[in-house]
Amino acid sequence: MEVPAKVPARAGVGLKAQHYDTIVAERPDVGWFEVHAENYMGAGGAPHHYLEAIRRDYALSLHGVGLSIGGEGPLDAAHLARLKALNERYQPGLVSEHLAWSSHGGVFFNDLLPLPYTAEAAARVGAHVERLQEVLGRQILLENPATYVTFESSEMSEIDFLLAVVQRSGCGLLLDVNNVLVSATNQGYAAEDYIDAFPLSAVGEIHLGGHARDRDDAGATLLIDAHDRAIDDLVWTLYARTIARGGPLPSLIEWDNAVPDWATLFAEARRADRVMTAELDHARAV
Amino acid sequence: MQGLSDLQAAFAAALVDPALPVPAAVRRQVRLPQSRRFDVYRNNMMVSLIEALEAAFPAVRCLVGADFFKAAAKAYIRQTPPASPVLLLYGESFGDFLDGFAPAASVPYLGDVARLEWARLFAHHAADAAPLEIGRLAAVPESDLETVRLRLHPSLRLLGSRFPVARLWAAASGADPSVEVDMKRAEQVAVLRPALSVDVRVLPSGGYDFMVHLAEGKPLGAAAEAALRNCPDFELALHLRGLFQLGAVVAIEPPNSEPQQA
Repeated sequence: MEVPAKVPARAGVGLKAQHYDTIVAERPDVGWFEVHAENYMGAGGAPHHYLEAIRRDYALSLHGVGLSIGGEGPLDAAHLARLKALNERYQPGLVSEHLAWSSHGGVFFNDLLPLPYTAEAAARVGAHVERLQEVLGRQILLENPATYVTFESSEMSEIDFLLAVVQRSGCGLLLDVNNVLVSATNQGYAAEDYIDAFPLSAVGEIHLGGHARDRDDAGATLLIDAHDRAIDDLVWTLYARTIARGGPLPSLIEWDNAVPDWATLFAEARRADRVMTAELDHARAV
Repeated sequence: MQGLSDLQAAFAAALVDPALPVPAAVRRQVRLPQSRRFDVYRNNMMVSLIEALEAAFPAVRCLVGADFFKAAAKAYIRQTPPASPVLLLYGESFGDFLDGFAPAASVPYLGDVARLEWARLFAHHAADAAPLEIGRLAAVPESDLETVRLRLHPSLRLLGSRFPVARLWAAASGADPSVEVDMKRAEQVAVLRPALSVDVRVLPSGGYDFMVHLAEGKPLGAAAEAALRNCPDFELALHLRGLFQLGAVVAIEPPNSEPQQA
């Protein structure tokens, strides 16, 4: 790889097939790209052709969405092997997965399902993260989830749960600011409090995405992590609050559904870069 | 208190069966009958998998319409949910499912079109391999021509249909909207990806049998004989030229080598 693996503390963009040609032809000035690992688990063809080309010019983050780290039983050995092969082939600067489960009893649900925040679940997730890191030979980042329900049996906060996993496995964290707003709104706590309490020293990457606004039948606001539109102003405000405390961090524009043209994504990335630059200027001025 | 294992089993069961109540482990406020919050998970699963099938089978969708397709996809997902977190090739059995899907009985070619679309998906993600030029055959001693094996491209899929499946696909997918479709005409088709884009080719008479036997690892002479059985005017030279022009041959293996299936 000609470009170093390290993902810079700049805005990056989630790579979509619709934009392959534009990116290869124009080499736009964005810091890095992120791919969903599962989309590159075919044997060959266009996806690998373009990812090879793009990796030559950009740092890469590999984001898994299907390992089911919170699932029962040992992690899927075939899936671990596929992740290891991608990690070796593309030498990503960052590798991440979710605090969630997505498979059970041999069925893959294609969604990130919630866990109860118990000591039992923290021990399981911690052991699975350790296993993943052992297979890959590197640290991974674990992402905070967007949730729609919680569990009676939960005995600790989400942040304490994540900290328990970090302490056991030595993993880092991926802070999805949109997920914070979605979960906080759905569960009725203040997103600012969550951001202020989050252990930013463990954070290696930030996600920014769009959500859908709905109401449940009782009339309460229900936010859905849809990744199908522009980032909400409330999320931008929370992001600025995060950067003000933690400094610049690799920050991803996630737009996975109803994917817009490249110029729209590029403008969102520019905006995230401006938030980070403004914070640096502010820090220098003080 | 309920353990993690029981909690996930109950959650998973309620996820795939909307007739079941919200699992008891879910915090009370969310279990109120008017709350749709658990349904967000049910919906995420179903909608995202329907979208995966819509993206994989656009011609089938065009042939039956968006609403019909959604209903068929939903029934298929309930019957055959994905077993792997890699969804790139999800839907391999969708064509077989449509063959037996009673509401689609009046569209008997639907399963074949679905199998063709899945073959395209398979070819899109298959391993890369560089096709050989036909000139490479000239280097084979004439005495060996009967017994060499042609290794075919790893992306190749062969499909036989009682319907004009390739033309139906071309018309419905928009690849060739003005194509004339003669429903009395059966088509045998090769789908492959010699470079970056996937080709769909209707095979001339005898070509399908010839390629099926080559793909099974039969020597060139034996494959030609098999083709001759159903197609008395099978001309080997012509079919060899066609085969190499397709980009379907990736290796010529000497007579005594172990057969390798594509």
